[in-house]
Amino acid sequence: MGGVSVLEDWLFKFPENIYINIKEPIDGAIDYMLRNWEPFFDVITKVLRSMLSGIGTFVELIPWWLLISLVFIATYAMSRKILRAILYSVLLFFIGAIGLWDLMNQTLTVVISSVIISLVFGLPIGILISSSKRANAVVRPILDTMQTMPSFVYLIPAVMLLGLGNVPAVIATTIYAIPPVIRLTSHGIQQVDVEVVEAAKSFGATKAQALFKVQIPQAMPTIMTGVNQTIMMAISMVVTCSMIGATGLGTEVLIGINRLESGTGFAAGIAIVIVAIIMDRLTQGIIREESAPNE
Amino acid sequence: MNEVKNNNIILRVENLTKLFGTKKTLAREMLKKGHDKEEILKHTGVTVAVNNVSFEVERGKVFVLIGLSGSGKSTVVRCINMLQPPTSGKIYFEGQDVESFSKSELLDYRRNKVSMVFQSFGLMSHRNVLNNVAFGLEIRGVKKSEREERAMEMISMVGLKGWEYSDISSLSGGMRQRVGIARALANNPDILLMDEPFSALDPLVRQDMQFELLSIQEKLNKTVIFITHDINEAFKLGDTVAIMRDGKIIQIDTPEGMSSNPADDYVRNFINSADKAQIYCVRSIMQTPTCLVRTRDGANHALKQMKINGVSSAFVVAEKMQFVGILTLENALKVRAGELAYQNAFIRDLPTTTPETHIADLIPIAAEASFPIAVVDENNQLSGIVTKASVLASLI
Ligand SMILES: Nc1ncnc2c1ncn2[C@@H]1O[C@H](COP(=O)(O)OP(=O)(O)O)[C@@H](O)[C@H]1O
Ligand SMILES: [Mg+2]
Repeated sequence: MGGVSVLEDWLFKFPENIYINIKEPIDGAIDYMLRNWEPFFDVITKVLRSMLSGIGTFVELIPWWLLISLVFIATYAMSRKILRAILYSVLLFFIGAIGLWDLMNQTLTVVISSVIISLVFGLPIGILISSSKRANAVVRPILDTMQTMPSFVYLIPAVMLLGLGNVPAVIATTIYAIPPVIRLTSHGIQQVDVEVVEAAKSFGATKAQALFKVQIPQAMPTIMTGVNQTIMMAISMVVTCSMIGATGLGTEVLIGINRLESGTGFAAGIAIVIVAIIMDRLTQGIIREESAPNE
Repeated sequence: MNEVKNNNIILRVENLTKLFGTKKTLAREMLKKGHDKEEILKHTGVTVAVNNVSFEVERGKVFVLIGLSGSGKSTVVRCINMLQPPTSGKIYFEGQDVESFSKSELLDYRRNKVSMVFQSFGLMSHRNVLNNVAFGLEIRGVKKSEREERAMEMISMVGLKGWEYSDISSLSGGMRQRVGIARALANNPDILLMDEPFSALDPLVRQDMQFELLSIQEKLNKTVIFITHDINEAFKLGDTVAIMRDGKIIQIDTPEGMSSNPADDYVRNFINSADKAQIYCVRSIMQTPTCLVRTRDGANHALKQMKINGVSSAFVVAEKMQFVGILTLENALKVRAGELAYQNAFIRDLPTTTPETHIADLIPIAAEASFPIAVVDENNQLSGIVTKASVLASLI
């Protein structure tokens, strides 16, 4: 009888004696990095910190009225709709009016830094995997993992390796936001009409000439869609990043949660939404201009 | 004597074979044993795109490759400019083995010696007409002012003057292919490779383009290798025509030689299909009448229509587009002056034709006609008109 129940256990429950410990090796690896790669992480931290302070200074340097005017002009230039331009300017003004202008600037600093890093690495990687099968085979699974791995998971090692603050926030945001620009750059380049690329070749274009004079310009609308998605994803990380010490609007949301102050939370939430809408529409406008050149 | 003749050969293709697939060795053995394309594909998965093709192209002549879709025409020209490396066989340009070119020699060959025109144009939508035409020169590193000047010249040569700064998307198919041709000519190549350049165009536009190509060829004396699946086009353009089937060339001859002496039934059928082709029917060249009035409209309306359309006669139809006749400007004015009744002002006994009539049968009528000829169907409904000019143009 006993034999049957063992068999039953074995059939219906995962056998307890099969256990592979991967937690400790991962901890070990992080420990190892912490101990031996310190100079490396120091360099990263230093570079990112100076980048953040540079961009931060730049953002702060733009007076509120100038930023609002710029948004007005850019919106009008792209959409030719005066009402829309007024709406976005008023929305931006509203962020200042509810006392969140400085926090918005801090958030923008982290978002812009992450987007710049994402583009600096993402565009070349996208171009690379569009033409190399082997690079594609290596990068694709990494991208899949990055996109499906819950971001909380890599917040832990980011904090351990880089400390609290905006630096690990930029890294975490970049990891989260870089996949779309890579994917869409590569996709855009691959979907360029083969006959057009062939025409370039037949006129004696080198690989580089075909890439920069034909493939990338033809892929531009798709690439810009990737850039737009990257920006949106970077903004969506704002609250998560505040948990590892990123300053800005996300912090307000956290405070709202901790103190059970709905108003504080919502105010910051609305500000994030406004920033997201404006950034989205402005980049969408660029995409439209790319895909429909002047008559 | 022999030497002089050889000097005139700009391109020689010798035993060119191109296989697509992985088991090429096995496929080649089967080819040697005389198995056909289908068997080889079934056994090895290898496509025999081009099978032991040889031909010579004379300088300044139009060499046409014709065959059904999939017969290997594109692959032959793509081997000529090395977009596809041959599996075996040789291609000599001016006596030089094209396959032996180094990387930079190959680029040079493509930049200066051979240019290609594509079936679906292969134009770059992010560049305007001018920058598309200047593309080849830009690739070569020609100065901006110089290449734009040259591009302008080519653009006006293909009849697109005034469209230099237009977007490709704003052009019709025929105009796009003119850009394609201008782009190819801008490089001043020795050989123009044209892979079904007119197949995507309407019959009327196609005739225009064929005429254009012939006049350009006359002016510039380029060597042209032209691909088509239309025997009429082949005979109209080609000094020499090579007919391909399943990757092999079955006959190379002048159009006359091929018509009078077809190598086999396949070629004979191909040539016979010419007479049945749509292109020979009135339908392919008829146009919609620009100025149409009804019997119940008055003379004033007719005059206004003629004025708007800038013509001196109007086609008159009764109910349900029943063709009645033609109202001339002169008669319409008489009606307005009260010298003639509207109903009596139409010229009624005019020659008409049907959409299915062969153009050849229309020539005597067209030669006599003083107005465009009305095309009517079996119910006497007006379906279009044919102008004298379009009848004559179709004969070129
Ligand atoms: N890149 C390729 N890979 C595999 N098969 C090809 C390729 N290009 C052409 N083929 C095959 O070679 C044959 C000849 O094609 P092609 O030269 O394009 O014919 P055509 O231009 O006369 O229509 C066809 O059966 C086609 O499927
Ligand atoms: Mg083809």
